[in-house]
Amino acid sequence: MLPIVERTLAPGVVLRAVQTKKFKTSMLGITFLEPLTEETASLNALIPKVLRRGCRNHPDMETLSAALDDLYGGGIEPLVRKKGEVQCIGFWGSFLDDAYVPGDSQILESAAALLGEIVLQPAGDGKGFRPDYVESEKANLVDKIRSEVNDKLQYSLSRLRSMMCEGEAYSIEKLGTEAQARAITGETLYNRYRDMLETAPVYLYYCGSADPERVEKAFRAGFADLPQGQRKEIPVPMVLGQPKGAVRRFSDAMDVSQGKLTMGFRTGGGFKDIENVARFMLFNAIFGGSTNSKLFLNVREKLSLCYFASSSLALSKGILLVYSGVEFANFQKAEDEILAQLTACQIGDITSEELEAARRSVIGSLRSSLDAQGRLEEYWVNRFVTGTAYTPEELAEAVEKVTLDQVVEAACQVKLDSIYTLRGKEG
Amino acid sequence: MIKHTYERIGETLYEETLENGLRVYVFPKPDFGKCYAFFATRYGGMDTRFQLNGQWLDTPMGIAHYLEHKMFDTPDGGNALQKLSASGASPNAFTSAAITGYHFECTEGFWENLRTLLEFVSVPYFTEESVQKEQGIIGQEIRMMEDNPGRQSYRMLLEALYQNHPIRNSVAGSVESIAQITAETLYHCHEAFYTPSNMVLCVAGNVDPEAVCALAREILPKEAKPPIPRDHGQDEPRQVNLRENTRVMPVAAPLFQIGVKGQPAQDGPNRLRQKLLGDLTCEALMGSSSSLYSKLYTRGLINSGFYCGFMDYPGCAFLVAGGESKDPAAVRDAIMEEVERIGREGLDQGLFQRMKKAAYGSFVRGLNSFENLCVEQAQAYFEDQDPWTFLEIYDTMTRQDAENFIRDWFHPEQMTLTVIWPGEEPA
Repeated sequence: MLPIVERTLAPGVVLRAVQTKKFKTSMLGITFLEPLTEETASLNALIPKVLRRGCRNHPDMETLSAALDDLYGGGIEPLVRKKGEVQCIGFWGSFLDDAYVPGDSQILESAAALLGEIVLQPAGDGKGFRPDYVESEKANLVDKIRSEVNDKLQYSLSRLRSMMCEGEAYSIEKLGTEAQARAITGETLYNRYRDMLETAPVYLYYCGSADPERVEKAFRAGFADLPQGQRKEIPVPMVLGQPKGAVRRFSDAMDVSQGKLTMGFRTGGGFKDIENVARFMLFNAIFGGSTNSKLFLNVREKLSLCYFASSSLALSKGILLVYSGVEFANFQKAEDEILAQLTACQIGDITSEELEAARRSVIGSLRSSLDAQGRLEEYWVNRFVTGTAYTPEELAEAVEKVTLDQVVEAACQVKLDSIYTLRGKEG
Repeated sequence: MIKHTYERIGETLYEETLENGLRVYVFPKPDFGKCYAFFATRYGGMDTRFQLNGQWLDTPMGIAHYLEHKMFDTPDGGNALQKLSASGASPNAFTSAAITGYHFECTEGFWENLRTLLEFVSVPYFTEESVQKEQGIIGQEIRMMEDNPGRQSYRMLLEALYQNHPIRNSVAGSVESIAQITAETLYHCHEAFYTPSNMVLCVAGNVDPEAVCALAREILPKEAKPPIPRDHGQDEPRQVNLRENTRVMPVAAPLFQIGVKGQPAQDGPNRLRQKLLGDLTCEALMGSSSSLYSKLYTRGLINSGFYCGFMDYPGCAFLVAGGESKDPAAVRDAIMEEVERIGREGLDQGLFQRMKKAAYGSFVRGLNSFENLCVEQAQAYFEDQDPWTFLEIYDTMTRQDAENFIRDWFHPEQMTLTVIWPGEEPA
């Protein structure tokens, strides 16, 4: 059990710190939580990119890189994530743990100070960002949004989400759209930045060898200039219990060798209830979330239709996605088999071997997340965003207790909403 | 067993060579709940022509990777992938140009899982039917890679850099080449390369090193076999095969790679030195802390996706730099201008020192990952290197070494530029 300490540094500003000596890296991060909206998604996504270009004492990339190299090649990278209908905007810092720094020097305080300077003291005249940084990062953001098409699977999933969830915040991608990005000006961006600093809930995170007192002190010093005042609540996602109506079908054609079949299902709510979460995680592992899953064993191994056929849960939004890469001619065959396997789960056609294999796989993955810094951070940010606090061990215990009937019950809540296919030009 | 202690970086390593020639490495990790095991053979995508029992065999492109897939089938009609994941482990495997590796991570049942790993990798079991069936799955894996611009770009780069060396061949092969694979050929390849004297076992976790050796002794074949002669083609000329290689795909922005072909060092300490110096030189010349990087970024010629580094395989060594750019030729020209400037003025001493400091940090931080630790150790063993001498090598590396490296490698006839130009827009 890794102890995690939570401290509220100011209203709406929370620090969670994991103290452990087992890693060679210390990780520290800051995340601002904003609701996903069409008006703000691109603006929010651009903020950390512009901030990373330079700060008061290190006004350009070369001097900022030199400062990081001096801290034994540390990294502070912009990070924009989408968690349900919350946009998480901030930085992810990764440094050599103090225990491995040659001599007596310590990195934590300098790292927190540099992180604070990047977030709070952007290069410029103090009244706005440097216009050249805004323009250049805006162009990069537009390119980044456009290049989402390069990864055909991610592109297909993004298209599915946007069409299936039309009218819901979940349809908005974490970087927003090209048109929104193009419309950004230095003024709109700076206003959004100031607003975010003043009103967004802030989540600070640390994992490394330092004790919580020292971590708190380092963050308090680094972020002393963070505006004080009342901050907003963490946004709560809209969860639909049912699909919007009959199954909807969408498709695009592109010059590709392989087709992508993606299917979106609604799972209903209940993500705050640890037992419900455990049931769905186990159901997902049986259905398509592991190498012993029905999708892997049937769509891939038995029918040789694909290299991958998997499912993944976005429980805080009440959505399950299934995706596979198949020959264009096999779309229907794969779709039929995927739905047949869901039906099998719903009628309880699950062997005790399948149930136990899935259970071991979910529990193994939860327990090993304690040994991986990145996954641990991801776990805790998910808890923070959903207003839950159970530990990976507690969740593993809950999974240990789930019965077959409860898995079937979860499976029966899963309803097909939409299907998206990426087809070939001649397909 | 031999025990090595690296106090400064907090690592201990046990090493043993078994009677059958298998090299075993164990990293004890008392603070961790998870264990990781990596079992690998020095056999990869480039080893298609070799001598077995006095006969030269020409095997189809992609066979090492195909064999990796088929190794999971066990004589009892089961599948080791499912068996391992049913016990909660996360198993997987990969094939590179030079090695094939099988691994799992788990938090419970380590010894049983290690037994499964050692057994399934050492006992081949193929039928014509099961070999045939895999073609659908691997065919889709190949199709998926055909639609992956990053993969395609790297393929094009290797084809442009090399005339004869089998690094040019796709590790997965083509749909046509894998159609020629039979159970008999797979048995030949297994016999030739999956012999303990051609393999390595690396384990990280809270385990008894002696017990790892004992289990390997119990399960694996007893006899040590001599190395198999391999043919990697005619000697490779210094100059590249093609100075440019381009094609069109559905991508948003031009995707480029610049390759620089060098003379590979022989296996042993010189090879590690070349690798470390190659990476350090790349970073100093065009890495994110260099003035060239800042210039290119500011001019909008590269974005934060730009990368560069040193790569080597038996018989070949090259540098790669790549990313997205509106004008890939301008990036190449700017690199050459910087090479000329450094030729006249030399490298900045402060920068070079910072690079060394950063390299130390990133090496130590890399040790966080069990997978990285074990895979690197296995690769180093196959190349007859000791990765733990890196500190001593860094101590002897000078700015002049990096300048000489640049002078030796960066000649126009040793450089190639590959570009994937955006094709049609999605319909």
